[in-house]
Amino acid sequence: MASKTAARTAKKKSSAASKRPPAPAKRAPAPPAATVPDAAPPKPPVAKPAPTVTAVEMGARQRDISVSEFFTKNRHLLGFDNPRKALLTCVKEAVDNALDACEEAGILPDVVVRLDVVAPGDTPPPASQATRFRITVTDNGPGIVRQQIPPIFAKLLYGSKFHRLRQSRGQQGIGISAAGMYGQLTTGKPVQIISRTSARAPAHYFEVQIDTKKNEPRILEKKQITWEAPRGTQVTLEVEGRYQKGRASVDEYVEQTIIANPHVKLTYVTPEGETKEFARTFEQLPAAPREIKPHPYGIELGMLLKMLHDTTSHTLAGFLAGDFSRVSPAVAEEIVKAAGVSSRARPRDVHGAAAENLYKAIQATKIMAPPTNCLSPIGESAILSGLYQQIKGDFYTAVSRPPAVYRGNPFIIEAGLAYGRGPEAAESGAAKKEIPLAEGESDDADHELARVIRYANRVPLLYQPSACAITRAVLGTTWRNYGIAQSRGALPAGPMVIFVHMASVWVPFTSESKEAIADYDEIHKEINLALRECGRRLGAFLRRRERAHSEFRRRNIFELYIEEVVESCNRLKGGRLPTARLKDQLQKMAQKLTGGARTDELMGRNGGGPEGLPHSIIVTPDGVEGAVPAGVAAKA
Amino acid sequence: MATKTRRPTVVEKKLIGIADVVVDAAQRRRDPTLAIPVRALSNVTFNERRGLIEMGKRKQTRSFFNVAMAKRFMQTVLVADALAELQRANLTTSLREIYYRTKHTIKNSHENTFDAQDESDPLIEDLEVSLEALREELHVRAENRGSVVGPLVLADDGDTVNCARLGKGGYSVPSIVEPEYLQIRRCTADFVLLVEKGTQWNRLSEDKFWRRYNCVLLTGNGQPPRGVRRLARRLHEEHSLPVYVLVDNDPWGYYTYSVVKQGSINLAFESQRMAIPKAKFIGLSSADPESYGLPRNVGIKLNDKDIARARELLAYTWFSKKPWQEEIKRMLSSGLKYELDALANKDFQYLTKRYLPRKLKEKDWLD
Repeated sequence: MASKTAARTAKKKSSAASKRPPAPAKRAPAPPAATVPDAAPPKPPVAKPAPTVTAVEMGARQRDISVSEFFTKNRHLLGFDNPRKALLTCVKEAVDNALDACEEAGILPDVVVRLDVVAPGDTPPPASQATRFRITVTDNGPGIVRQQIPPIFAKLLYGSKFHRLRQSRGQQGIGISAAGMYGQLTTGKPVQIISRTSARAPAHYFEVQIDTKKNEPRILEKKQITWEAPRGTQVTLEVEGRYQKGRASVDEYVEQTIIANPHVKLTYVTPEGETKEFARTFEQLPAAPREIKPHPYGIELGMLLKMLHDTTSHTLAGFLAGDFSRVSPAVAEEIVKAAGVSSRARPRDVHGAAAENLYKAIQATKIMAPPTNCLSPIGESAILSGLYQQIKGDFYTAVSRPPAVYRGNPFIIEAGLAYGRGPEAAESGAAKKEIPLAEGESDDADHELARVIRYANRVPLLYQPSACAITRAVLGTTWRNYGIAQSRGALPAGPMVIFVHMASVWVPFTSESKEAIADYDEIHKEINLALRECGRRLGAFLRRRERAHSEFRRRNIFELYIEEVVESCNRLKGGRLPTARLKDQLQKMAQKLTGGARTDELMGRNGGGPEGLPHSIIVTPDGVEGAVPAGVAAKA
Repeated sequence: MATKTRRPTVVEKKLIGIADVVVDAAQRRRDPTLAIPVRALSNVTFNERRGLIEMGKRKQTRSFFNVAMAKRFMQTVLVADALAELQRANLTTSLREIYYRTKHTIKNSHENTFDAQDESDPLIEDLEVSLEALREELHVRAENRGSVVGPLVLADDGDTVNCARLGKGGYSVPSIVEPEYLQIRRCTADFVLLVEKGTQWNRLSEDKFWRRYNCVLLTGNGQPPRGVRRLARRLHEEHSLPVYVLVDNDPWGYYTYSVVKQGSINLAFESQRMAIPKAKFIGLSSADPESYGLPRNVGIKLNDKDIARARELLAYTWFSKKPWQEEIKRMLSSGLKYELDALANKDFQYLTKRYLPRKLKEKDWLD
């Protein structure tokens, strides 16, 4: 009884004090009244009419919501739903920014990622138990000019990448500031930045926080310091997190980043104090992507209206030809004519029905596909070298599809495949097989499924695999056609890593946290085509290996069994058989039957070469064949 | 040098013949090939006059220089070798021991000659049929799975066994009961009752049914093993005792009865030594629930497998007699099967005191 009344008074108090919308406040007092019919203490609220709110009162409560406030409440949208994922997201955002900056400035990236356990007391807990981490990411990029440091790191939706159509890792201008905001929220610590633009310039040190109400940076500290690096940026975040190895961990992110970015030199210091060095295996920066104008097929009516309003062109034809890609003056004339609008009309005056006609005319006109020099694919040889370097296998292949377009955005799909356990595993397996097998034991006891690694603009995607177009395309590919087992609705089975990368000026993620690619038909189709090509090559490799193997076996079977049969016959005959002669007779027949020299030829080296398999590497215990990138070959 | 002083037995000579096949073929540059009679329904016929299932003439060939058969050929020779070894040493052994004896890793490889016993068992049957030697003659025995009590005196390895003085446990029937190993000294029984289930045999043995009705009680704990079938056959033949079979009322029970009576499809060639064409089916018949007032609720619903098996039985020529067709169809139309144990529903001793006495009195059995 006592607790119930207490709860009720508390509720009353809160409903009076809070600025909650009226509906729940109105409903709140009713249920206790119903369950406690004649509670003696305060006045039963059931008698009182529910408080009504006037439009004026409601209007007074309406106010702006700042993006920062919105994302503070909805941090899961940005990938901060749990401590483990939050740690990964923070590292990812910082590394993405570092790599983008380096590449844009034409510098081969050299990145150091450092995770330190922050101890509440004197003795730091082991990394797996720790709840607070300091993340430090240092790059050798171009640095940031002093004035831009605070807004870049402490203002949401501020950046250079959102408004332009050009391929980059980041695209929204949320990431790093959201990471900072998360740190600020969970530990109260500001983001620390050191940046230096050249050896001649001083290094600047900043401590910034975000004013969540205004979405503006608040500078806590700024000074010039001495910094050993001649150029670059260092970001330090202190956040609440959890370090756990395995799937979707920081370690996995780092490894997958290296596979898709073999041009990066990365040093990773784990919270356990271990230093992992990933050397650069591809000495070439990816071609710098160009910025493009939007393609007319890719915009919606609202966007067109906005562009009409904002343009600096004086005529409609000029606007169309000037503000869009692939619209020549001739095409512009054609569109305008089809829309029934004057080509000399001022863009600002085109609205309403005219704008709608214009929009329809654009969709109906045949316009060339957008230019693709805005894209920078990883390239087949770089993918090969990344896979070859990071994953042990017997067979590698990579496919880059020609550019394609979805909703007016150009994109490229690249796929790669690493198959097998590598020659070392084969050798150790062979050694293990020397032990006779007992009943019930077998050689191939494992049924592991393929691992799919997904990338968008070179960034590994670690969460939400089932929502992603890539996973769906892998599941939808009939791997059995290529000699790979696959149960219904499951990933293909086998020691295999499937790599898929989508490069685009605008990757259609399913959410702001950039975890999965939306399943557009055009994208799905391209992924499928790339996977099929990989599958075909793998199938060819497997068939060739199997053929050589079975010829070998065929020959072997008879040779092995002849011994057994002759020995048994000899024992049956009481040991009085001319065994050598019998063996010889049988062996001659075996050789005649299995084709003798022809089998030798098939079993030989010419059976396994990668001829006919472009962009593939085959690894055998005898050596490596195929298009091994120069850098890797030199190292090996 | 014991091998030289001993003359090889007939079976051993047959086994050595396998080695000769290999040697002769090699000399003539031919693929060594064994011909093995096919052991399947398609290669058996029912000899109505003799009341036996007989094996047909179809044979399959097993050649060495054929990738698909090479291993089995090699294994067959290995098994033949092991069987010849048994003959020379005059030992008997089990199927499982043959498997272990012949299992080894082939030289210069990681491949075993056999990976599991189910690879070697059918090869022994292959040799039985192709060499026309009984398993007992090959010195391969099964488990002692079967018991006997009754007015019967046997001699086993020089020991006299009086099956009337072995309590309710009885004498465990060995797998090989050929006259060389087991002699029937005296038998005063009037008939043989072969019970499918050990539990019901226990019931009858405990109630001393055999004393009251002067019979030999035999069980094989399920599908009767060769020793039990052969002992029943010898009692039938040597002492002219009628044999009655008591099984569960389900398709598997019918088949058990038919194996005792006509022989099995798999080892049809042995029918002439194992089968008892005059054996009678005493129960449980699908007519019994009605005539003995068994309530419907002690029945068990036939499952899909049961129904399929029953349909197969309907098609076998040895079940084509009208009473049998009626018997099986009656079970199918009722949709129920009954276990012997279900008789306990009426009384624990119902089987001993009511059911069997009435059956015997009314001569209510199927042929």
